[in-house]
Amino acid sequence: MKFTWFNLMPWPYLPADFRQKHRSVWVDIDSKLFDPEKSHALYNTYIDLLEYAGTLGFDGIGVNEHHQNAYGLMPSPNLIAAGLARRTRDVAIVVLGASIALYNPPLRVAEEFAMLDCISGGRLVAGFPVGTSMDTNFCYGQIPALTREKYREANELILRAWGERTPFAFNGRYTKLRHVNLWPRPIQQPRPPIHIPGGGSIETFDFCLENTYSYSYLSFGGYMRGKQLMQSYWDRVTERNTPDTSPYRAGFAQTICVADTEDEAERLYAKHVSYFYNRCLHVFPGFADAPGYRTIKTIQKGVLSQYAPPKGGLFPELSWKEMVEGGYIIAGSPETVRQRMEEMIKGLHVGNVFCLMHIGDMPKEKSMYSTRLFAEKVMPKLRNIFPDHAGDKRFWCQPMADRVSPGALPTQTDLRAAAVAAAEA
Amino acid sequence: MQLKTIQTPHVPVRYYEGGQGQPLVFLHGAGGLDFDQRFLAALSEKFHVYAPLIPGYGDSEECSELRDMLDFTLHTWDVVAALVVKDPVLVGFSMGGMIASEMAAVVPGDVSRLALIAPAGLWLDEHPIPDIFSLLPYQLPPYLFHDAAAGAKIMSAGMEMNDPKFLQGFLVQAARQLGAAGKIMFPIPDRGLASRLYRIKARTILIWGESDRLIPPVYAQPFQRGIAGSELVMVPEAGHVVAFEKPQAVIRAISRLA
Repeated sequence: MKFTWFNLMPWPYLPADFRQKHRSVWVDIDSKLFDPEKSHALYNTYIDLLEYAGTLGFDGIGVNEHHQNAYGLMPSPNLIAAGLARRTRDVAIVVLGASIALYNPPLRVAEEFAMLDCISGGRLVAGFPVGTSMDTNFCYGQIPALTREKYREANELILRAWGERTPFAFNGRYTKLRHVNLWPRPIQQPRPPIHIPGGGSIETFDFCLENTYSYSYLSFGGYMRGKQLMQSYWDRVTERNTPDTSPYRAGFAQTICVADTEDEAERLYAKHVSYFYNRCLHVFPGFADAPGYRTIKTIQKGVLSQYAPPKGGLFPELSWKEMVEGGYIIAGSPETVRQRMEEMIKGLHVGNVFCLMHIGDMPKEKSMYSTRLFAEKVMPKLRNIFPDHAGDKRFWCQPMADRVSPGALPTQTDLRAAAVAAAEA
Repeated sequence: MQLKTIQTPHVPVRYYEGGQGQPLVFLHGAGGLDFDQRFLAALSEKFHVYAPLIPGYGDSEECSELRDMLDFTLHTWDVVAALVVKDPVLVGFSMGGMIASEMAAVVPGDVSRLALIAPAGLWLDEHPIPDIFSLLPYQLPPYLFHDAAAGAKIMSAGMEMNDPKFLQGFLVQAARQLGAAGKIMFPIPDRGLASRLYRIKARTILIWGESDRLIPPVYAQPFQRGIAGSELVMVPEAGHVVAFEKPQAVIRAISRLA
């Protein structure tokens, strides 16, 4: 199993009447709600949380990209990842991911990911999202019906840039480059592992299988609602005569809260879960799905946006009990969480779990407590669910054996002696 | 009006045809032809009307080969050629007006009469056009109709959004139609027409509803300035869908080109 501790980095200072007074947390959210001075402590706390998870035995720490919103404060995940690459040693840096269709040229993503791989000693797990419609279309102006074509072209360019060893010309429809010659190049050859975060577009299944990418379903509906979609993914794997059904071909994001007891979990975390589902997911429906962003096939399959409210009502109408019992969140004592996690992992057949353990406006102390309990009392018991696939290296990073420790500043006062010694060496 | 199909180099095109007299090609707006049937029927009493659907609209086949403004412009010329119509009165509404303007600017010698009904294609920073791609159905009437309440009634007829089957059909139609429209209008309906307007040689009539709140009448000014000799006809008590609300006034204005 591969567990990645993931932080969306939500803005925790949205007012209690946010839903009533504001129409959307995304795209046209009132910019006065953002306070740059408060963000100083916030960013640093959030990065601390990621680094802390890196010390507890998580396989990866994860960041992602969103724009113009109070749901996630990372327009540039690579900036956070660069900091993490320097401040951590062994944990994988999971960028899930950089929206490759948004960059001109998309080669920029190939370069930045290569830099991250080099700085981290081959610890990069890369992600290529199409991006939400809010981000890609409404914030970044991409034409909805052409977004996927542009995305595929960007994917092709990046793979070729990583893979080819001599300069080449790239005559794409959206990007034309006469001299592609990547410097630097990633340590991991032929490329870092790639995960595709998906919201349920079925074309993405085939895309992942064609390229040996891992498909990650990012939903806030939890594992019970995720079951149908993941099953259609595995059905597709079988239909296409894919050589194996390795669980590492798939991932799932799940909100998780651990405490000593069920009651304590509710007492400690309920209000933060409510903050997230009430305020951070309050997206104006007109921004959730620009016409043309989703393909007809996907709409006909009845897959709704992960930002659309669940069937039967809005999130705020759900109580903590309903959220837990309905599997939106996995919460409770370590043993309860272990059972539910096992049910989720086996039920969805997923080898990669993206653990959402900082939720909404949760203070760092609570997040650290929950994270540590999970790392110590839950994660070890879930390690060997798929022993037959333990050797599958296609979907996880393969770091260099001999990695330096970053931050090697001089300890000796006599720098001259050291310089002379270096010259003699 | 009869619904027919004609082959073009990229894709089979569905079009309505009816009436007799001088040929007239009508290009619909982003909403398609559903609301134009009454207007087209009345128009066909004076002209031989051809109203092609942009690929993806109605029951027509989508065309992934059409991506940008030049593709749409040349495709629509392909349609006119396939219909074997010479120098038709070219009429375009909203997005269709944008395409008609481009056609007349790209091949000015082949269009001698042009009617633009509340055309898209220009952008004024002081008068931003609402983002139709993020508007929900219930938000549209005030932008489209002079009488928003009456418009809401017309638009909501048969809209059973709580019926999952209807909703799915509605979303598929939006993806097909507005998905196609987005290729030339998202996120801003400006693909550089302003710099090409001077090329239009056609005698041009601009028609605008006085209470158009989608593309406000102030947009008539840059069109008038850009197209030499163009005339503006303002229609009172009409919104953006002026041909729906005041069909006879629009037909009278177009008839000045006959």
